[in-house]
Parts: sequence; C-alpha cells; structure tokens
Amino acid sequence: MKIYHSLLAVVLLITFSCKNETKSTTEKKSTPKAEVKKEHKGQASVKLSKGEQPNALQVAMTYKDDKGNMPFSTLVAAVQAAGVEDALVNAGPLTVFAPVNAAFAKHQATVDELLKPENKSKLAFVLTNHVAPANYGIKQLKKEAKKGRKLYMASGKYLVVENKDGKIIVDGKPILMTVKVSNGWIHVIDDLMVPSDK
Amino acid sequence: MKTIFKSFLVMVASALFLSSCAPTTANKETRGNAKGAIAGSAAEKVYVAPGEHDSHYAFISGGFSGQLSVYGLPSGRLFRVIPVFSQDPEKGYGYNEETKPMLMTSHGFVPWGDSHHPDISQTNGSVDGRWVFINENNTPRIARISLTTFETEEIIEIPNSAGNHSSSYVTENSEYVVAGTRFAVPFPQRDMSIKDMKGNFSGALSFLKIDKETGHMNIAFQIKMPGFNYDLSHPGRGKSHGWFFFSTYNTEEANTLLEVNASQNDKDFIAAINWKKIEAYVKNGGGKMMPAKYTHNLWDDDAHTATSTMKKQVLVVEPKDVPGAIYFLPTAKSPHGCDVDPTGEYIIGNGKLAAAMTVHSFTKMIKAIKDKAFDGEKYGIPVIKFEAVNYGILDQPGLGPLHTEFDTRGNGYTTFFISSEVVKWNIKDLKVIDRHPVYYSVGHLMIPGGNSRTPDDKYLVSMNKITKDRYLPTGPEVCQSAQLFDISGEKMELLLDFPTIGEPHYAAGIAADKIAANSQKIYKLSDNKHPFAAKSEAETKVVRKGNEIHIYMTMIRSHFSPDNIEGVKVGDKVFFHVTNLEQDYDVPHGISMIGANTSEMLIMPGRTSTIIWYPKEVGVWPFYCTDFCSALHQEMQGYIRVSPKGSNTPLTYTLDGDIPGEEE
Repeated sequence: MKIYHSLLAVVLLITFSCKNETKSTTEKKSTPKAEVKKEHKGQASVKLSKGEQPNALQVAMTYKDDKGNMPFSTLVAAVQAAGVEDALVNAGPLTVFAPVNAAFAKHQATVDELLKPENKSKLAFVLTNHVAPANYGIKQLKKEAKKGRKLYMASGKYLVVENKDGKIIVDGKPILMTVKVSNGWIHVIDDLMVPSDK
Repeated sequence: MKTIFKSFLVMVASALFLSSCAPTTANKETRGNAKGAIAGSAAEKVYVAPGEHDSHYAFISGGFSGQLSVYGLPSGRLFRVIPVFSQDPEKGYGYNEETKPMLMTSHGFVPWGDSHHPDISQTNGSVDGRWVFINENNTPRIARISLTTFETEEIIEIPNSAGNHSSSYVTENSEYVVAGTRFAVPFPQRDMSIKDMKGNFSGALSFLKIDKETGHMNIAFQIKMPGFNYDLSHPGRGKSHGWFFFSTYNTEEANTLLEVNASQNDKDFIAAINWKKIEAYVKNGGGKMMPAKYTHNLWDDDAHTATSTMKKQVLVVEPKDVPGAIYFLPTAKSPHGCDVDPTGEYIIGNGKLAAAMTVHSFTKMIKAIKDKAFDGEKYGIPVIKFEAVNYGILDQPGLGPLHTEFDTRGNGYTTFFISSEVVKWNIKDLKVIDRHPVYYSVGHLMIPGGNSRTPDDKYLVSMNKITKDRYLPTGPEVCQSAQLFDISGEKMELLLDFPTIGEPHYAAGIAADKIAANSQKIYKLSDNKHPFAAKSEAETKVVRKGNEIHIYMTMIRSHFSPDNIEGVKVGDKVFFHVTNLEQDYDVPHGISMIGANTSEMLIMPGRTSTIIWYPKEVGVWPFYCTDFCSALHQEMQGYIRVSPKGSNTPLTYTLDGDIPGEEE
C-alpha cells in the first residue's frame, strides 16, 4: 500500500512537471496514472445493476434495522481494514455469519489489537472464520446439525452447528436473523467467532 | 530486496518521465510521416486499457458461420458470437427445445445459414440501438436480434426467393426492412425447363413492416420484378426517404456460365422503388394474395420459448399495376454495391467489372421522371435515360469497386476487391483524395451509422476476404480479417488488423453508449412464464407420463435439485427442464448429460431451458455443471439410475437424501 502510494506520487510529480514545461502533452500523459489506479480495483467495485439481487458485501454495507441504524458498519469497516472485500462479492457460494456492531464491542480489546495495521493478516484470519464457502441456508444448517456434520470455514477451521428446539446455534452463537443474498446467505449473530488459537 | 525495488522504481519513474515529456515532438513528426512513426501513435489510438471500455460496438457478420459477432472498436476485441442461423452447441442454441423452432423453415429444420448484412434499427435517420437485423442468403430469411439481450428474437423466411442477398437494410424510421432475391426463380415455384428461364422467372423484392414497439416483422408486400439477379440495396434518406434502390446484374437473364453470359450488357440497372407509393396502393386494397409457404419464428421472452408458425400466403404486387412507382436507372456493368449518401441525393452503383463508378442524382431522377426522359422500358418498367439521371462518373478510381460508405464531410469511401484498397473520394468533385492498401481483397467496409443520415465518422472498418500471410499460419484454412482505419483526418490512417469469424460480409457499428446502458443483466425469476420452470427448490420434481419423464430441475451455487433420480428406464424419453435460480449478473450454470445426443445447455440467471435425453443403457449415469460457476463448481453434479425396461424401480428424486423442499 505504501509502495503504491509512493509510486503514484512519483507519477503525479512527473506529470505535473511536464505540465509546466509543455502544456500540450498533459492530457494524454495521464493514462499511466489511470492504469495504476485501475489495477487496484477489485470485483467489490462492480456496481449493482437494476433488477439484480445484492451480494453479501452490498447487503452488509446498506442494511438498516427498524431504527435506521446500520448494524454491520463495524463488520464492514473491519472487512475493509483487512482488505478482504473482494472475497465477499465472489461467486461463492458463501455463508456469512455476520456479527452486529455490539458483537465487536464485546471484544473491544481484541478488536483494537486486530485493527492495528501490522495485524492485518490476523484480522483477515478472524474474519474468514465467519465465512463458510458453502450454500448453508437455515434448512441446510438444520440438516448439518441433524447429521452431525461440521461447517468448514474459509479459515480452515471446523465449527459445530446445533439445533436447540428449532434455534440454530453455530460455534455457540445463536442465529438471530437470516438474509438471502445473491452469492449465498448472511446469518446474523451477536458475538464474534474468534478462533481459540489466535 | 528493498534496494532493488527502489532502483526499479527510479527506472520506472525515468521511463515515465521520458515518455510523458518527449512525445510533443514525436507526435508532430508522425503526422507528416506516412510509415514508421505511425506504428507508435496507432497503438495508442487502439489501446483500451484493462478494465476500460471501447467507444463503439461493431456487429460483424459471421458469413458462412451463420452467426453475428460482436466486437469492440477501436480495440478489435471479440465479446460475443450471437447464434442466429446456425446451431451453437456452446450456448445450446438450436439444440435445446426452446430454440429449435427458431431454425424451422418451409424446408424443415435447417441447422445452418449464411448470414450476410447486419443493419441496426433507426429513428429519425440515426441508428437507435434497439435491434440489429441480419439476412440469410441460402434459405432466404431475415433475423431480428435484440440489442438488450443480444439474442435472436425473430426469424422470418422469405418466400418466392432464392439467395436473399440484397438484405437486410432498414429505412430511416425502421418502417421497413427489405429482402431481395439474388437468384431469379419461377414465381411461384414450378416444374419447368431451366433453359426457358428468360421471361419466365421473376425476382421478388420483399418489404417487411417492422412493428414500432415490438420490432416484429411481417411481409407487407412482395414486388414481382423481372427475372434479374438483385444484388444489394439501400434506402433513400432525407430528401429521398420513401424510395429504395436495388442493384441488379444478369439483366441478360442467363441461366448458365454467368461469369461470361451475365457480362454481355454494357449496363445493368439500379431499380428505384417508390415504396411509399406502393404502400398507399396496398393500403387501398391493391395487390393480390397468393399462396406461399414460409415460416415465422418468434421468441417469447416471458415463456423463454420460440414458436414457429407456417404462413400460407403473401401479398404480391405487379409493377405494371402501380405506374410511377418503379424505374430502372442504367448503371455501369454488373453493379454490386448500391449505396446512398447521408443527404439522400447521391446513389452510387459500384460496377464490379467496370472501370468507372456511377453516381446518380436523386434530384435529376425526379426531374427525369417528370420529363419522361426514358430510354424505352424493360418488362413494362421505364428505363430512365442514363444522362438524365447520372450526376457523374468517377473514372478509373481503382479495380473492382464493390461498396461505398460515407462520412459527414461529403466524402465517399469505396472498397476495391481486385486492387485491394480503400479509396476516399469527394462526391461533389468526383475526385480521389486518398487511397490506402488493404490486406487483401476487401469486400465490404463499415463506418458506424453507415446506413443512416448521421454516420459516426471517426472509424472505418474494412472487411477482407483474403489474409494470406497476415497472421501466424494455421494450416490451409486461415481467418478472414478486419482492418481499422482512423478517418478523422484528410488521410486515412491504418490502425489495426484483427481476425474475424466466418466471412465478414458486412458490419453495423454504433456508439457504445446507445446500447451499453440498456444491456440486460439477468432474467427476473418472477417474470419467468416457462411452463416447465421450477422457481424454487420446493417446486422441483420428477413426473412420469407414459414413457416420458419430466425433470423439473433447478441450479444454484453449487448444486442441482434434485441431484439423485431413480426409476428411469431404458426406452424412456427424459426431459431436463432446468431453471437457473441465480439472480446475480454473470452467474450462468451449464448442464450436460452423458450420452445425450444434443448439446450442453448454458443457462443464464432466471432462465429455463430444456434438453431431451434417451437413456439407452442400464446403469447409473452422471450429469454435471459445464460452466465454472463457483468455488464448488466441481461438486455440482448428480446421478440418474437407469433400470431395465419393465423393471419395478420406483420413481424417486432427492437432494441430500430428502425430497427437495423450501428454504425456511
């Protein structure tokens, strides 16, 4: 990221210096600058088109509860800090166990530590422990519980799923709500699923 | 590592410095210098950076592939091949039950066609990006392709015709799209001696009305013209709107060795048709309904299914019954192209064997008609005196002129097959301005909006029949090609070569912003009215009707529902009715069944498609998703158990051990 910035700065500087010397060349010369920018854009920048269902990231970024609050704003910020936005818009299929803002507050110290730039990969690891590369709707989760099949998460960990009187509990956290998204499912939880060894 | 990187950065930086500051002078040099330096600036003009979009669409005919290809300009990148007249196993077109009716004709199911001249619909004399029409030469047909879905929506057969070549050009408000018969044939067809052709064959010119809202085509009338060969055509525009011009050859009416016998007359004709006059005549009850047999195939975007209807009659107009509507304009020997400039004043006949190009004047034509400046008649149709209609001759412009397109600055651009070049000339002065070689033997050329009052005249694409050594060799058969020119300056500048599919007969170009914003992304499941659609996994099922098995199947990342089916028997006819439940852009799924005597199906989000499979062997046979749809694509598969004829295996269908049900 830093390297990228400095490269961009050099490009900008040179473009600028040319501008001063030969006015006529400036427009064309902005091309390399645009390319550098372009390279950094991932699939997360693809806009939602009319009639299309939103994907997991688009839902998390725009969802509002009854009171008009954005319950996933911390999750989205964490995803952006970890630089894993593109993984949430991928063809998937994905099942995201999405912690609400309050869930992060419960682990404030851990979260603060993870948000430090040097812990970027640790943060990504924790986040991927909330995503299963699979198509697990509630019905399928019930089936997994019944058959005693564990959920394989994108972190490489296996999580236990239980069915307690019709309530689905993953890694000890009950699912509060479910949203169908174009590339899978979002199940809302109010706690973090921090892998024990991290 | 860091140091290496840093020094690399310095290098990049200095390279950038050089390239960003130096070109001021380099550019200046380029303009004056014909070769050498051109390469550098040409590359810049066609370079579309990764992730950037082209400025224009080019719809290039696939010729004997039967299809229509979609390219971007200026990059020359191929985006899509739209199946039109030929089966396409890649997309399941012509193989699945829904699209098979699109290829029905009066001769039965025809799996191939020879596509020729695409033309985009127009509003007020400008291309509007709603539909593109393309004709089929061999079994005469015209297709209409939606530029929202980029799929073929309609194909209509043209009766009393053979070799629908002078097609499918559209009038300036998309009132009509035309067809013309290249081969004179008995009209109606009958058993007769070939040598009795002269005077006994006819040439049908067909006018198909286009519905303003739906684009649906309907043959409004056919003009029963003399038995010449009708080659190409263009509508009048602006002042000449209401007229249509068709080039003819073989006015000798020879039926054998045409390369000699059809080149006897010094001049052939351009037929000028006042279609507004004929339209009024027909509106007042004119013309005669005649028995005919032709198919009209229409795609229903809600039912995701085409139907084919056999039409039984067509309205025929005899030229003698509408005096004042049809004239012949004498034109230099065996003209091929018949082009009308953006103002509608000049009609250009390119005599492919002539040493000169004929430029007629619409104003002079109207005056000549008024003055009755005729040079006799042919089969009752007045022949206008050459001098009375001719604006001038472009003498010795090159060898083998074929087609002309125009810019908005009063210039024509003509292709020369024999001398392999494009020549730019001023219409008014009849003077050659520039000529540029092409590689090799060019046929058509295209300027976006070419058949309209408002050509978008930055680019010109030449379409070449022969490429020889232009690309890496690929055995005896090599690609045909297109070449892109910048025509914004005085001199034409060659920018790019790119290969084409089949034979690029003609192309239609349009600014990308007239189409891109309307391009459909998905089919809404809620609008799906396919009779065999399953709109959720709960709706999936398997039903037996006698020896027919209907599988109502769904696909979603990353499974089929159901994916285990038992109770199918040898001798059954199994229908896979498969719905893609995705509602996400660019998430198609495919399906293929082992041993199916048809193609895969590639199914877009929200669509339902059907293939038939005849199980012939006892066993357990798999099916799978053919498109890498998702991370678990390789897991997207299923089994069908096939039991012997007369066995008692019950019919069951499951997903993960249960009958598929609703998500909770």
